Amino acid sequence: MSRLLAVAAGAAALTLTITGCSAGAGGSGGGDANADRTDIVVAHTAEPVNLDFTTTDGAAIPQALMENVYESLVRIDQDGELQPALATDWTVSDDRLTYTFTLDEDATFSNGDPVTAEDVKFSYERVQSDEWTNALGAKMDLVDSIEASDENTVEITLSRPSNTWLFNLASLVGAVFHPDEVDDLANTAVGSGPYEVEEFTRGQQIVFTKRDDYAGATPGTLDTVTFRYFDDAVAASNALKSGQIDVISNLQTPELTPDFESDDTKQVEVGTTNGEVVLSMNNAEGIFADQKAREAVLYGIDEQAVLDTAWGGYGTLIGGMVPPTDPYYEDLNDVWPHDVDKAKELAEEAGIDGEEFRFTVPNRPYAQASAEMVAAQLEEIGLRPTIVTQEFPAVWLDETMTNHDYDMSVINHVEARDILTVFGDGYYTGYDASRIEDIAADADEGTEEEYVEGMKEVARTVTEDAAAGFLFLFPNLVVADASVAGLPVNAVSDSFQIYDLAWN
Amino acid sequence: MRALASRLLQFVLTVWAATVAVFALMQILPGNAAQVAAGMSATAEDVARIEQEFGLDRPLVVQYGEWLMGMLRGDLGVSYVTGAPITPLVVDSIQVTLILVVSAMVLALVIAVPLGTVAALLRGRRLGALLSGLSQVGVAVPNFLAGILLVMVFSLGLGWFPSSGWQAPVFGLGGFLSHLVLPVCALALVQGAILTRYVRSAVLEVMREDYLRTARAKGRTSGSALAVHGLRNAAIPVVTVAGVQLATLLIGAVVIEQVFVLPGMGSELVRAVANRDLLTVQAIVMVLVFLVLLLNLVIDLLYTLLDPRVRNAA
Repeated sequence: MSRLLAVAAGAAALTLTITGCSAGAGGSGGGDANADRTDIVVAHTAEPVNLDFTTTDGAAIPQALMENVYESLVRIDQDGELQPALATDWTVSDDRLTYTFTLDEDATFSNGDPVTAEDVKFSYERVQSDEWTNALGAKMDLVDSIEASDENTVEITLSRPSNTWLFNLASLVGAVFHPDEVDDLANTAVGSGPYEVEEFTRGQQIVFTKRDDYAGATPGTLDTVTFRYFDDAVAASNALKSGQIDVISNLQTPELTPDFESDDTKQVEVGTTNGEVVLSMNNAEGIFADQKAREAVLYGIDEQAVLDTAWGGYGTLIGGMVPPTDPYYEDLNDVWPHDVDKAKELAEEAGIDGEEFRFTVPNRPYAQASAEMVAAQLEEIGLRPTIVTQEFPAVWLDETMTNHDYDMSVINHVEARDILTVFGDGYYTGYDASRIEDIAADADEGTEEEYVEGMKEVARTVTEDAAAGFLFLFPNLVVADASVAGLPVNAVSDSFQIYDLAWN
Repeated sequence: MRALASRLLQFVLTVWAATVAVFALMQILPGNAAQVAAGMSATAEDVARIEQEFGLDRPLVVQYGEWLMGMLRGDLGVSYVTGAPITPLVVDSIQVTLILVVSAMVLALVIAVPLGTVAALLRGRRLGALLSGLSQVGVAVPNFLAGILLVMVFSLGLGWFPSSGWQAPVFGLGGFLSHLVLPVCALALVQGAILTRYVRSAVLEVMREDYLRTARAKGRTSGSALAVHGLRNAAIPVVTVAGVQLATLLIGAVVIEQVFVLPGMGSELVRAVANRDLLTVQAIVMVLVFLVLLLNLVIDLLYTLLDPRVRNAA
């Protein structure tokens, strides 16, 4: 080793003399040195392939653009509560079909034009058109009509009452576009938010600059915010340690967390997300079509042990498909306690002990680590999982999700309030959706209390039917320079909000 | 002259065969771009609609023909995933990779030629054995490990260089060079070790030749005999190996770009494969294949310059 280092040192010295260069790392490292800074660099993992979430799926694009560049009428705050955004105020009719939004009179697009009711109408009708191919557009299907009653008032009528619709409107489907600026959404983003995209260098970074003419609800603090993308979590950690970046938005290597926790120049915040790490089982075909077989699995799994091993104990046990920040959350951890004897018994009854099955695992750190632990626990109760690693997204989407060619899988379902999608008709889980469809429909059309009660029942039914295992709620591990303030610690909306970021 | 023409014809045919092979291989990749773009909440209809929009439902022959014709015009097409033209992307990223690879090769030669020669001259002595042993160790170290070690020592430890990232020369030469040092070293140290071994054995080979003995007999010191008569002869096998190693370096650069988060061809390739952005993958693979073939052509031509025997035989 010392030889190698000697060679390395020698060669580096050689390079230095050759290039005649002695540039330093240009580091920061906490403390007062940063107090005057008006810029910040944030590291993210998944990179947007383009700037157009109307045609491209994936969390990276709305994470960068929603609330920062594009705004909806409403937004979700850090506690998961609805807040005004482009709409300063709204009322709901007695039949709960018509929503009347009053727009912020001062709101403007970054090209200088005011945001009008017609723009809202244009944008939301576009979601329902063929130009919008992102499947999430289906959230606007129940919109019956959109009327611009005057410059600043929009009336939206639904085909049926819905408790989820307004919540969904805070997501990317609610983004308001300028009608003249939608021809090249992949490369240009003109919105009404507090920042605009100054530069988008594919494969490297997005630079946002603060709009001085922004007069809305969420004005920016820092002049320049840069998102830099790191596929490799270790590279991101190194960049933070050497002062090239200031924030890691979601650390993908929890084993490095103690390192940062013991470092006074850094801060570590553990927030929540909408990502349920689901141990999915093919309910429709194969050995897990039998509920007893699935129950055996659920008794056989010790979720706490999985969480401790796979993700360093960061994260929350949930027992169901609902994160604690949702209004209809209920702790379902006790439905399937860890009970190896019972698991063995059920496995025998179902006749699955010793039988091999296909356990498809996306090539993501959390999934690989969880799957290994799960497989070990299942072997203990006599099952014989064959782990098949699949490239994510391409191969997993193709073989597991589309072709349903799997018995068991592990995947983080990141969408907000996605229980009805994941256990919906035709989805890869193969769950018998008729068990929950009616309850869910009634809940959505009912009052707010009925909604909460109904959705609790839906979640409980899914868990009690042993439709899938719920390993843990994915944590949001934010690591930053100690003097950064205004970090969005919880990832509970589509967006990574940059407007509150500041230096102390 | 005829030899040259036939060599060029061979080059063109190989490149064409490569386009067919690359295109065909793309079709075998499991998963498709429409599905990745549609994501986890998409229905089969959503996917079909996007497939149509991307033009993936057209016959393969049509897709191939369009691609080939475009390339002849220097147009690699527009990526349906990113919505951006591919040619500028390839041009930008190839600069990064070439700067990396060429600097690494130059540095590797700067290390290897003197060290290899000294190791050969001092064979049997302690320093010669040490150099030889060191190069052995260097050969065994993978590029990425060298990269990680360099980051640990010179970035995290000493804070001399940034641990990752890239800065184009137009934004300042200092920043450009400081970002370049560690990745270039990561590639060059390993490569230098490999080349040192070749230089050493090439020089040893030459030292056994009669003409060197003759030169020494005519009064030259063994050093000056080697410098005047030996090195040019030793250069032939070294150039061959360096040429082959350049291709290896290109591949090594793919990994090193990942370690240092550099926006080169390797990073673009990995990203494009992940998104099943087939047009971009095709373009990058094709450019890489073209470069390697071109390199081989240049090496063949270089032989004729270095070695009159080859020239006369042809």
